[in-house]
Parts: sequence; structure tokens; C-alpha cells
Amino acid sequence: MEGRLILDVRGVSYRYPSAAADALACVSLNARAGEFHAVLGPNGSGKTTLVRVALGLLSPQAGTSEVLGRPATTWSRRELARVVAVVTQREEGLFPQRVRETVLLGRYPRLSLWGAERAQDRSAVERALGRCDVAGLADRWLWTLSGGEYQRVRVARALAQEPQLLVLDEPTASLDVRHEMELFELARTLVDEHGLAVVMITHHINLAARFADRVLLLSEGRAVGQGAPGEVLTRETVARVFAWPVAIEAFDGRPQVVPLRRRRNA
Amino acid sequence: MKWLGLGLVALLSFALAVLLGPAHVPLAQFARSDIVRSLRLPRAILAFLVGGSLALSGASLQALVRNPLADPFLLGLSGGAGLGAVLAIALHLAGPWVLPLAAFGGALFAMALVYRLGLVGGAELDPRVLILAGVAVGAFASAVTTAIVSLSDAAELRNTFLWLWGGLSGASWDTVVVMAVYAPLPVLVLFAAARPLDLLALGEEPARHLGADVVPLKRRVYVAASLLTAAAVAVSGVIGFVGLVVPHAMRTLWGHRHRPLLPASFVGGGALLALSDTVARVAVAPRELPVGIVTALIGVPVFALMLRRWRAA
Repeated sequence: MEGRLILDVRGVSYRYPSAAADALACVSLNARAGEFHAVLGPNGSGKTTLVRVALGLLSPQAGTSEVLGRPATTWSRRELARVVAVVTQREEGLFPQRVRETVLLGRYPRLSLWGAERAQDRSAVERALGRCDVAGLADRWLWTLSGGEYQRVRVARALAQEPQLLVLDEPTASLDVRHEMELFELARTLVDEHGLAVVMITHHINLAARFADRVLLLSEGRAVGQGAPGEVLTRETVARVFAWPVAIEAFDGRPQVVPLRRRRNA
Repeated sequence: MKWLGLGLVALLSFALAVLLGPAHVPLAQFARSDIVRSLRLPRAILAFLVGGSLALSGASLQALVRNPLADPFLLGLSGGAGLGAVLAIALHLAGPWVLPLAAFGGALFAMALVYRLGLVGGAELDPRVLILAGVAVGAFASAVTTAIVSLSDAAELRNTFLWLWGGLSGASWDTVVVMAVYAPLPVLVLFAAARPLDLLALGEEPARHLGADVVPLKRRVYVAASLLTAAAVAVSGVIGFVGLVVPHAMRTLWGHRHRPLLPASFVGGGALLALSDTVARVAVAPRELPVGIVTALIGVPVFALMLRRWRAA
């Protein structure tokens, strides 16, 4: 049975003002509840732009993006934040914060203008902390956390929004193996046990191939492959898109990319 | 507990502002005293409103321009107000409200100019450009002010300068009423922006994804904080320090979440200015110290104590 269609991006193109080429050209992506999508591609291939267009921060010059059947640009930021949560690549910490405080910020789209936090907000925060396995860190300052803990706290803040779709933009950049795996497993659990749709932008082709249901491979703003990891991640395609010779091995029935050495005896 | 303490401090400083002064008023005649009713009371209320406005707009601007060193006068308003006042004198305009109105107009002009420069390169207010524009406009206004002063009769312009740095001696029930009618709207706008300002501290894109309308938010905060500061400058000249240090003192007690921080800054700023003004009137009576000096003299040690306590915790 197919889950509810949450994000429906159809043939969007976008060119940044005064840019020479399209950042995105005719890209589609539809994410249903209970699906794990990975978006792959070299730096500058349009992955983050796709998220911006999909969620109405940028208006596409062609194509449409709909969230729950409504054009993304017509949602108010508040309403949209109740349906879609995004863990961005970067964020700033202008003022020091504790873990629970920052997760509580995820409740903003569900709070009234003057109202205080309600019991349901506090319980949503505790639930999110528990799901991301950071409940024990709740009273710590953010700057005392390791990279992996910090990313899980940011996922917890996104979960506090109680979204139906979770977008993760390179959440495992600069994390070690264990923390990478923990993050991918967390995403998979959210999909399987809590019925979320997850769209993850990542450079970890191999982990994406093992965890994701579908992958979208972008190159210079175009979708060069879209579908199950086994269909998309072929030797020719990967080598062409990333401009590097590769071999493809199978592991657990999923393709794994092995970059080849070009100069054996250098 | 913390709120109770802050409330008591505010009440105490307000009471001192009414009770103490260069003239001795026996307690028995207190209620009927003209000095208390038409001088000390309005001056205490005005000090409270001005101090609160400065601290509130300082706290808001620190979040807006993402700089903990931001101060209400960082954005060129004091330079604009000074230019307005000096122009009014140089043009021989007369009347009881000319100076405040001219200063207010000058501050508004500086605000509009800085705002316009902040939009350079797009339809969005860029906080980094905003700071640069504020400093540039402020410097330009000061240069023009100095040029006017050096080219004209010094005697009456000296009064302008004194007035601009002169503090709350112009307080009257009229100024209190003007401020009490004018301030609530920008104050409410800033209080309402408290939660989205927490989000903005994460950066603009994360704030958007968490549900904040960043572009209108930045505009509202900039305009409301500037309008408050412009009014404060118009009724009491440039009073430094309150807008910078009171928010940080309150951060040591309430943390960085703006929902408690903004109201606490307002009350704390009001208390500090009421207290400072009392000291300014009493310390070297019958003369008066400029209140800006006193805010620094009282504020710095208090802030240092709070910082120490906060470090230790």
C-alpha cells in the first residue's frame, strides 16, 4: 500500500538571478509517507536548490511544487513548518543555548502569538529527545556536544515540529562512521516506525544505497537517474556524474560504489 | 523569584527618584508638594519609559543585526538626532517643542536612510549592510553637524549640545504623556517578535524552515526599535550604555530566550535610568551630572558583578 503523497515536485527549473545556467532543470521528486529518499550529486549539482524550490523559498521558473496538494509558495512559513521540517546544512549559534531550549524552538509553528508553552509542547519535546536518543543531554549546552550529538539534537528539534516530511541536508558531513550510521539508522527508523517521509541530501552514496528506498541523482541541475538504488547507481552513470572511474560491488543486495585509483604507482 | 526581585528593584529605584532631590521635601507635605508633583514624578516616569525603551530596543537590535555589541545608537540615530537639533538652532526656529521635534525628525531621517541602504542589492534587509550603513550615516551626520557648529555662532549651539547630552531635565507631564502614548505600539511589536527572534538567532534559512516570516520580521523589528530610540533621543538626548549593558545583564539572569529577556530588559532599563537620574540630580546638587555618565558609573560595576556570578554558575 502506498503512503500519502506529501511532497510532489513536478518538472521544476530554477535559475538564480544573473546566473549563466539553470541551477535546476526539469527535476521531479515525489515523497510519500513511509519512504526514504536520498538526493545525490556532486557539489553544486542543485541539491540544496531543489529543497528551496520544493519548499517555496524560491519560486521555480517552470514546473510546480506541491505540499499535500497545495502549491508550496502559497503556504505560510508557519503552516508549512507544521508539515515539513528541515535540518539545514549550517546554522549559527548567535547566543549559547541548552539542548532542551533549542529543541523547544521546534514548537514555534504550533504556538500562538502570546501563549505560553503547553503540556503538549513539553511532551512533544521530550518525545523528540527520546527518539533521537539525546534525552540524557537535555540540560547540556549546545557547544559542549560532539558533532554527532549536535546533529541528533537538530533532528530532535525538527521532530518537535511533528512533521510528516523530514528533510535532512547533508546531516552526516564531518561525522565519523559510528555517528554516520546512527544518523542513517535514525532516519530509517523514523520512516519505518513512525511513518515519516524522509528526503536526505547526502554525499554518502554507499549509505544512501543501503538505507534509501529511492535515490535521485543530480548532475548540473538535471536528474540523471531516479529510482531504486540498484537501477540508478550503475558504473557508467556514477563515473560520469562524479567524473571519476568507479567499480560497483554488491553488498546486502545493494550497489556499493568503489572509487578506483587512477595512478597506481604515483 | 527573579521577576519579583526585578520588580522590587524597579519599585525601589522609582521610589528613590520621587523621594530624593536637591530640595528637601518633608514627608508630611509630600502629597501636596509642587516639586514632587510637577517635577520629580514626571521626571521619574519619563526616566523609566526612556530607560526601558532604550534597553528593549538594544536587546532586539542585538538579535536583528546578529551582534551582541549592538546598541540602539549603533544605527546612526544619535547622529541624525544631533543634526536635526543643530539645524533647528542654526535656522533660528523657536518654540518649546522645536528641539525635540527637530531631533526626532533627524533621527527618523537617519533611520529611513539607513533602512534604504540596508536594502541595497535586494528586497531583503541585510543586517551586515545595516550596521555599516548605520555607522556611515552616523559619521556623515556628525560631520555635517560639526561643520554647521564651526561655521556659526557658538553660544546658542552650545545649548544644543548640552541638550543633546543633557539627560532628563526637560521632563514634564507633557513629555510623559507624549512618550506614554507613543511607546506602547513599538513596545508591543517588539514583544510580539520575541519568539521569532529566537529562531532568527539560528540564521535566516533555519528560521524560515522553523516557521518564521523572516523578511517582515526584520523590517518590523528594525522600524519598531528605531522608532523607540528616536523618541527616547527626542525627549532626553543620547543616553548611552543602557541599551547595551542592560540586555546583557538580563541575559545573565534570564538566558537568551527573548520572551522573558525583552520584558526584563524593559523593566531593568527603566530601573537603571530612574536610579541613575536620581544620582545625577542629587550627587553634586545643586548642579547636575549628565545622566549618561551615571548610567555607566552604576551600570558597569553591577554588570561586572552579574558577569562574575554567571561565570561561577
